[in-house]
Amino acid sequence: MFKYDEKVLKDQLLELVRLAATDLPVDVVDAIKAAQQNEPEGSAARSVFGMLLKNIDLARDESTPICQDTGTNIYLIHIPAGVSMLKLTALIKEATAEAVDKSYLRPNAVDSITGKNSGNNIGGGQPFIHFEEWDKDYIEFKLMLKGGGCENVSTQYKLPDVGLGAGRDLDGVYKVIVDAVNAAQGLGCAPGILGIGIGGDRTSSHLAAKTQLFRKITDTNANPELAELEAKLKDDLNKLGIGPMGFGGNTTVLAVKMGALHRLPASFFVSIAYMCWAYRRHSMILKDGGEVTYD
Amino acid sequence: MIKLQLPVSEEAIRELKIGDEVVISGLMVTARDAAHKYIHENWPDWLNPIMENSMIYHCGPVVKQHDDGSWSFVAAGPTTSIREEPYEASVMEHYKVRAVIGKGGMGAQTLAGLAKSGGVYLHAIGGLAASLAKSVVKVKDVYMLEELGVPEAFWHIEVKDFPAVVTMDSHGGSLHTTIKAQSDEVAKKLIFG
Repeated sequence: MFKYDEKVLKDQLLELVRLAATDLPVDVVDAIKAAQQNEPEGSAARSVFGMLLKNIDLARDESTPICQDTGTNIYLIHIPAGVSMLKLTALIKEATAEAVDKSYLRPNAVDSITGKNSGNNIGGGQPFIHFEEWDKDYIEFKLMLKGGGCENVSTQYKLPDVGLGAGRDLDGVYKVIVDAVNAAQGLGCAPGILGIGIGGDRTSSHLAAKTQLFRKITDTNANPELAELEAKLKDDLNKLGIGPMGFGGNTTVLAVKMGALHRLPASFFVSIAYMCWAYRRHSMILKDGGEVTYD
Repeated sequence: MIKLQLPVSEEAIRELKIGDEVVISGLMVTARDAAHKYIHENWPDWLNPIMENSMIYHCGPVVKQHDDGSWSFVAAGPTTSIREEPYEASVMEHYKVRAVIGKGGMGAQTLAGLAKSGGVYLHAIGGLAASLAKSVVKVKDVYMLEELGVPEAFWHIEVKDFPAVVTMDSHGGSLHTTIKAQSDEVAKKLIFG
């Protein structure tokens, strides 16, 4: 029987939310610093990166949200057999409402029928929580905050795409991604990080794309063909010249992360989850007995 | 760096050109999706003194209410402006608004409106929420908080040295159109060879 104290875990989850909202992960900060060095002195792009870095420090120092759109809170949770998902869900909801009270999160959920803001980000599918059972003896909570601006430029293609001359292969995948990033311009708060889901059905394809965003910027895809395509796309997309905020510049994307699912013979979906530069994600490991560590 | 003090004259605004970096001080008002829909359905008179020769900020802030009932902004970066494209030109003309501040730029209808009524589009940095909240020095008032909710209410705020870049001016210039035309060319080569 996996043991933890409910009140303590609620506070530990609140800390996970606080970290996600206010403390940009090191790999993302490093990528932004590198992008700044890659822009000419005196350019608008370089000055934007400088402001982003200052904002990142300020948010961390003062424990305030990096971006006011604290996003859809997306949880991916791995649990050992026998752990109650209902209980964990209830604790996450409690921590979420408290995070709104503490201004770590904006009241960010609107009833689509009445137009009323729920005020506490609970209910109507919020927060989004996805559970999977695994064979390890600890629980892993991964949390990502994904804002609306970048979600609005996220998209899904169906191959073949005649207009783009994109066939049902990795070359076709390449073409629709170039098209999507060009269409997005600065609207998703460029430079973006792309999570790509290849194959699946419409739903699993989108989920695969989002799940890719839990990877670290610095990692390498285990599939050599995808690893090569990720690197090629990153180079080529940065030739578009869209730059930070769409002001023009050498960095339009910070990373491309791809995953593939089996598909039906009749379907070939390519899903693109565009994440803004404020790529907010952290994780927490909970051991039997209640000890936690954060990453 | 050009300093703009609100209220600002139409003349001063017409001097601005794309690429100009500005810092803004004075009173402005936030309004985003639900607020623009509300304006278009009601055209309320109470907005006249708030908006005339001032600016609209496309922003849904994170706020904190203090024990004495007063508010402060905790996080306040810009939201995507293009969603207000159906409304903005007529709102700016009706209330004599001299600029909208947001991110991502706006479309042809707004660009034409800026030339007609004398306005500019100011691009703030998306995601710069902690820093920009610091330049909101006072929350003067909030309107329709109950009806629209925190992110969508009209927040009447005083800003000091709020940084932005002119990306659409009153002379038909749009940085967004220029960048898009260039990236379209590159994309075409990457896709079609």
